[in-house]
Amino acid sequence: MQDLGISILFKGINFQRLLGGLWVTLRLALLTIGLSTVLGLLFALLMLSGRRWAKFFCRAWLEIVRFMPQLVLLYLVYFGFARLFGWDLNGEVSALIVFTFWGAAEMGDLIRGALTSIPRHQTESAEALGLTRGQVYQYVLIPQTVRRLLPQAINLSTRIIKTTALVKMINVTEVLKVGQQIIGQFYRQPDAAFWVYFVIFLLYFLVCWPFSLLARRLEKRWA
Amino acid sequence: MAEPILRVREIHKSFDSTGVLRGVSLDIQEGEVIVIVGPSGCGKSTLLRCINGLETVDSGEIWLRGEKISGRTRDLYRVRQKIGMVFQSYDLFPHMKVMDNLLLGPTKALGRPRQEVEAEALRMLERVGLREKAYALPRTLSGGQKQRVALVRAMLMQPDILLLDEITAALDPEMVSEVLNVVIDLARGGMTMAIVTHEMRFAEAVADRVLFLEDGHVVEEGTPEVFFHHPQTERAQQFLRSFTYASKRDKGEEQPKNNAGD
Ligand SMILES: Nc1ncnc2c1ncn2[C@@H]1O[C@H](COP(=O)(O)OP(=O)(O)OP(=O)(O)O)[C@@H](O)[C@H]1O
Ligand SMILES: [Mg+2]
Repeated sequence: MQDLGISILFKGINFQRLLGGLWVTLRLALLTIGLSTVLGLLFALLMLSGRRWAKFFCRAWLEIVRFMPQLVLLYLVYFGFARLFGWDLNGEVSALIVFTFWGAAEMGDLIRGALTSIPRHQTESAEALGLTRGQVYQYVLIPQTVRRLLPQAINLSTRIIKTTALVKMINVTEVLKVGQQIIGQFYRQPDAAFWVYFVIFLLYFLVCWPFSLLARRLEKRWA
Repeated sequence: MAEPILRVREIHKSFDSTGVLRGVSLDIQEGEVIVIVGPSGCGKSTLLRCINGLETVDSGEIWLRGEKISGRTRDLYRVRQKIGMVFQSYDLFPHMKVMDNLLLGPTKALGRPRQEVEAEALRMLERVGLREKAYALPRTLSGGQKQRVALVRAMLMQPDILLLDEITAALDPEMVSEVLNVVIDLARGGMTMAIVTHEMRFAEAVADRVLFLEDGHVVEEGTPEVFFHHPQTERAQQFLRSFTYASKRDKGEEQPKNNAGD
């Protein structure tokens, strides 16, 4: 009698392989989120520096990432740069470059928004108390900025996690790719594809759901 | 006469080449309460903001207790530690409990021990009727309660002088007097204050001296009795008339618009 499709996941090391693929995705996403946060802070400070060229530069950057499909950018870096400059970038590094390019601009815009949304008189009344500039940031502005930023930053992070699935297109063996390999092995099993993709769906859900729960709870608590 | 606690000499301030303050001078003695009135846009807020360095003066000098405080760019925070200010907008820090709002300045700016300040803060809250709100978040407070906390926050810095910029202008009318009564209590306690207000009854009750500001000049200056009942200048008379209404029955009776400070 033929097995149920789901059982193929528990044959041999198939499930571990899937988890391994998921780790590739997550590692890439976490690196992207970390780098994007650091660069995003610089982006925000540049944008708020009051210099015209800086503002123009940031605006242009943001527009490009918003218009351009990430896949196009991935191909551009992975295939294009390799040909043009003779760089042999591996898939993960190309993906990290592209996603950070995207994430830094989006994160930077969120940070800028959070910083500017704090009313001017918060700064002034802190200054009127005789706090130094540094103390005003430390006790009054940064805590409020973080509260406004965190829910949105978490949402962006889940978007980054989801989008990393695209690296499959530039030959990175992440969870989706592993899934396809498993399906390939069991091509005689007609419902293999359904079960494999269903489990991948669950894995993504399990990774992203806690994030969005957290974002929602923070939003409520700090509203 | 004793050395004034605050001395403002001929200060000028313009924004985008429009002169807002055009040579303003005033002295405030220790324990004195002055009230600054004048039409909207005449520069009252700008004057207070220049005093605590939120705006820099273009020319002229400001002295606090014999120390020149205008024209400096460094260490402004040291000056501000001695000048309390409360604004019109409710500007408690929303992410901190009332008590943390109160402790921030004394502990971080002045480096005083937390427990000592906390005990003092509780006593002050008691005095303004907000003891039970000590550990509440600002958003659970009414506007009037927030402004009373803001007053306590400024007072806990033990400033030489307190600047109040229309602290009841954003409040619902029924909350105005609970805040202004606190100010009157502070005045009785000998606090030196410069108060900007549109509440004329309150101004009359609290002021030792009234300054009428218009077009960036002090147009008239005097005791509240003289200023409110026998204003000397045509412009002050006009200004005070704008706070009264002619009676519907046209008996020439005039009724004040504001009742606060009663
Ligand atoms: N930062 C600024 N930049 C440009 N113009 C300003 C600035 N601050 C104040 N002004 C202008 O200076 C003038 C005086 O403003 P100010 O706030 O001192 O008036 P005010 O007497 O406090 O008025 P109100 O009774 O409405 O509070 C106004 O015309 C105002 O538009
Ligand atoms: Mg004003």
